[in-house]
Amino acid sequence: MKEKVVSIEEAVSHIHDGLTIMVPGFVNCGVPQTLIQAMLDKGVKDLNIISNNTSVKGKGIGKLVHAEAIKHITCSHIGNNVETVEKVVNGEINVTFVPQGTLCERMRAGGAGLGGVLTPTGLGTPMQEGKQVVEWDKEKGEYKFVTDADPKKGPRYVLELPLHADVAIIHAWKADKIGNVVYHRTARNFNPIMATAADLVIVEAEEIVEVGALDPDVIVTPSCLVDMIVQANPEDRN
Amino acid sequence: MTKQEIRNFIAKRTAKFFNDGDVINLGIGMPTLCLDFLPEGVDIWIESENGVLGLAGAPENEEDGDIDIVDASGRVSTMRVGGCCFSSFDSFGLIRGGHVAATVLGAYEVDQEGNLANWMVPGKTCAGMGGAMDLVSGAKNVLIMMEHTDKYGNSKILKKCTLPLTAANEVDYIITELCVLHCTPEGLVLEELAPDVTVEDVIAKTDADLIIPEKIGSMV
Repeated sequence: MKEKVVSIEEAVSHIHDGLTIMVPGFVNCGVPQTLIQAMLDKGVKDLNIISNNTSVKGKGIGKLVHAEAIKHITCSHIGNNVETVEKVVNGEINVTFVPQGTLCERMRAGGAGLGGVLTPTGLGTPMQEGKQVVEWDKEKGEYKFVTDADPKKGPRYVLELPLHADVAIIHAWKADKIGNVVYHRTARNFNPIMATAADLVIVEAEEIVEVGALDPDVIVTPSCLVDMIVQANPEDRN
Repeated sequence: MTKQEIRNFIAKRTAKFFNDGDVINLGIGMPTLCLDFLPEGVDIWIESENGVLGLAGAPENEEDGDIDIVDASGRVSTMRVGGCCFSSFDSFGLIRGGHVAATVLGAYEVDQEGNLANWMVPGKTCAGMGGAMDLVSGAKNVLIMMEHTDKYGNSKILKKCTLPLTAANEVDYIITELCVLHCTPEGLVLEELAPDVTVEDVIAKTDADLIIPEKIGSMV
């Protein structure tokens, strides 16, 4: 049984300029603050970030925004962080907006070996532009691609493609030494999905416990998804 | 009415749409006011997009709160006994899967085809849509609560939305300080009026075409 606990220096040595990195969190809840601080200390830049949002100004993902470490961000919302809005308006950060549920499904597809997902979200909105739309043909019992923009016809769905990252950094409440993970309250949010959709998965845990200490029935992220575990530092939350 | 009285009036009527035991998603801002006006005997479960069922509002003292329990605006909140947490993925599955009885949101514009614009004003705002597009496409009932006109007195209920849409043909009801409008395949039906408001008042302040039934109810 391979234990995966490493030093923060070892973990961050795998995070390089220009990588695509999934960073969980809803506003500033459930954000891997210690790994973000380590990335800042290392001075990584030109990152492609996939996250729901960018925390708030000066905190969490907002630290990466402030340090100008981000080249492009794929997210659903930046409104909670005035600095991100400013940098996007000034063209310093490129942003691709994805509806929050679609963001989840695209990452799930990326992590679960699916070629894409069909969702009604975004039909008849700017989110449909440039994407393939399918309509269920009841008589034939098959989908057909459609090109007109009438959302009333249907049922219709937008074809959304999988998302995958080089690295996912994850914030756990408790992790055992081989990487089984449980989360706390709404700090769970995007963590379990992102842990499925990256080549390298690094977990920071508030508490690292012995193998066997977590009830198998409550484990959310299975150990096989996790490559490395570091100890979270509560001071990085500030 | 003062601004606050208008907001409370709209919230009080909107809350009457809820049935006991409903799972409800409330948007940020005015929609959360509905919690202050739940009809007697109606106990609802608040679903929040960030992965929680049974959110119960801000703690009395923020210092006593658990920073791992936040609401859809990221503020520290609390959970009721029996509540549960799940991932964002599960949360949007509940939302899109039709397991949420109603979602309540504000709007920049709504039109007579049930189209909603509430996420972007080109050249002015670029905050992103967050969960709004999924919420509006998925919830069984989409309730829009808003002031009838903008700050310049222009109708927010239009023949055709001018702003980028959040969702097409998904709005079910519009609740304003003047009236309740039901979005049907035939068009917007004027179902209820606020006290001392006439059909003519509503027509004068509404850009959209309205269907006026013989019998119109009261909002109170």
